[in-house]
Amino acid sequence: MAEPAIVADGLVKRFGELEAVKGVSFEVPEGQVLGLLGPNGAGKTTAVRMLTTLLKPDGGTARVLGIDVLKDAQRVRSSIGLAGQYAAVDENLTGRENLALVGKLTHLSGSDIDARAAELLEQFALTHAADRIVRTYSGGMRRRLDLAASLVHRPPVLFLDEPTTGLDPQGRNELWGVIEALVQRGTTVLLTTQYLEEADFLADNIVVIDHGTVIAEGTATQLKERLGETVIEITMRDDDATARASEVLAPVGGTSRDGKLVRVNVPGGAGARSMLEAVRLLDGEQLDPAAMVLREPTLDDVFLELTGHTTVDGNGAEEGEER
Amino acid sequence: MTTTTAPAPSVAALINRGHVVGDALTMAWRNLLNIKRNPQLLVFATIQPVIFVLMFRYVFGGAIQGSLPPGQTYVNFLMPGIFVQTIVFGSLTTGVGLADDLSKGLIDRFRSLPMARSAVLVGRTLADFVRNFFVVILMCIVGFIVGWTIGTNVWGLLGCIAIILAFSYSLSWVFAIVGLMVKDAETAQAVSFPILAPLVFASSAFVPVATMPSWLQGWAENQPVSIVVDAARALTIGGPTAEYVIKALAWIIGIIAVCAPIAVARYRRAV
Repeated sequence: MAEPAIVADGLVKRFGELEAVKGVSFEVPEGQVLGLLGPNGAGKTTAVRMLTTLLKPDGGTARVLGIDVLKDAQRVRSSIGLAGQYAAVDENLTGRENLALVGKLTHLSGSDIDARAAELLEQFALTHAADRIVRTYSGGMRRRLDLAASLVHRPPVLFLDEPTTGLDPQGRNELWGVIEALVQRGTTVLLTTQYLEEADFLADNIVVIDHGTVIAEGTATQLKERLGETVIEITMRDDDATARASEVLAPVGGTSRDGKLVRVNVPGGAGARSMLEAVRLLDGEQLDPAAMVLREPTLDDVFLELTGHTTVDGNGAEEGEER
Repeated sequence: MTTTTAPAPSVAALINRGHVVGDALTMAWRNLLNIKRNPQLLVFATIQPVIFVLMFRYVFGGAIQGSLPPGQTYVNFLMPGIFVQTIVFGSLTTGVGLADDLSKGLIDRFRSLPMARSAVLVGRTLADFVRNFFVVILMCIVGFIVGWTIGTNVWGLLGCIAIILAFSYSLSWVFAIVGLMVKDAETAQAVSFPILAPLVFASSAFVPVATMPSWLQGWAENQPVSIVVDAARALTIGGPTAEYVIKALAWIIGIIAVCAPIAVARYRRAV
């Protein structure tokens, strides 16, 4: 069994009294995307800072490509790229100069730096602004440059800390496309996000973290199956039919009635099969519904169920970042 | 897993050591580009000392002249003091710049790169050294315009400039520590001023220490700003020089020896 590209094993971080991360463990196999999902202050950023050698853990171990982040931090740094929630680019340099700066500091050869900078500017649709000072860039352009800067030395492992926070929907979609393309080329990605949609779209696996602990993990589908409710909603044409449909559908799952609407709660993951069964039963009784909908759970439902609050209103303690 | 089994970390450390100079120069290049792109900051940084020159030379100078030893002119007394005041306040930019990088997340990026751990600080202090060099040259020109004369020779003048720049470099390390300890550029500025004011004004920079109350004289005579001013004065006016210069160099070396390791440790703190 190959060693996973990223391993966090019982990571602990305290800031004074506050225990920001309380023994978090997860693994990311090579070439996969892990979404670290949680509200503000859940400990996501702190976990990433430990994995990227920016912060010393108070407990536990972490390895990137089999290299211990504590024992050989400098070798870990050669293998990782980090793009943060603040676009960490120098505002007074041009886009090209920013990439060249990272190239020089990661000790690429001069000719490689020029070629790599041009290639990344092209890939991130920044060629037209390459020689403009970053101060004049839009938020989305800065984010793309930040991501490009983290890729200059071709790191096989990429850490993205809330890469799309504060971007408009178009900017978010653009960035998602770029990240997808990177993954297709074999990059391993650890992504933190508050957006369930983002984790759903980008991540192979999701680890849900709240108050510094892992509260659930699995693929988006698994989490939805395990925790969300799948519901078939059938609208009948009159009250009599509604009552009959409700009886007929009892074998499929728990039913409830609301006016002309019948709701059937079915087991997670069996939505389609239950739907088919419901159609057969209704047809057998010659009941003719006006509408029939299968409602699969969203990650938002899952999150609400797990944490007792939605991500949007998630009012955790501010991330305890020590400077 | 395809990576080879743990090669000795010392190999990586050795490779890393090879980049100490190169990475520092890269960072200095980046910081100098920043100065070049914001020339207005340099202009504002020199306006204040020019105002001080004019104010002390033409407004307070007449009153202070009477306290000077006979034969000494106030402008010759003043200029070394102005130089030191200028570079002391100039060295504050080291801390302000670092705090700015820190608050914008740039320091996180640098920390996550396989670069030399000292490069961010060495590059920053080197760039500020170059910046201070230009400011001092400019102040010399201003001095000559208002009638500053060198009582020694060109070597005295060069020695004066050298010792002032060396002092500015040592102070950069002091403010590097401040910059790494505060949240943002504004705080760095606010924290630094109260440290600087008693050093610059309760010194021999603008007035002879003998005119101060006796309780203040002990401080004013022996604190580093006064000692560097006295050395710069001896080098440009004449008279006994060696003692002042040796004392000043001791301060400069001492400050760097203490503050540079503290600053680097503070920077590396995260592994």
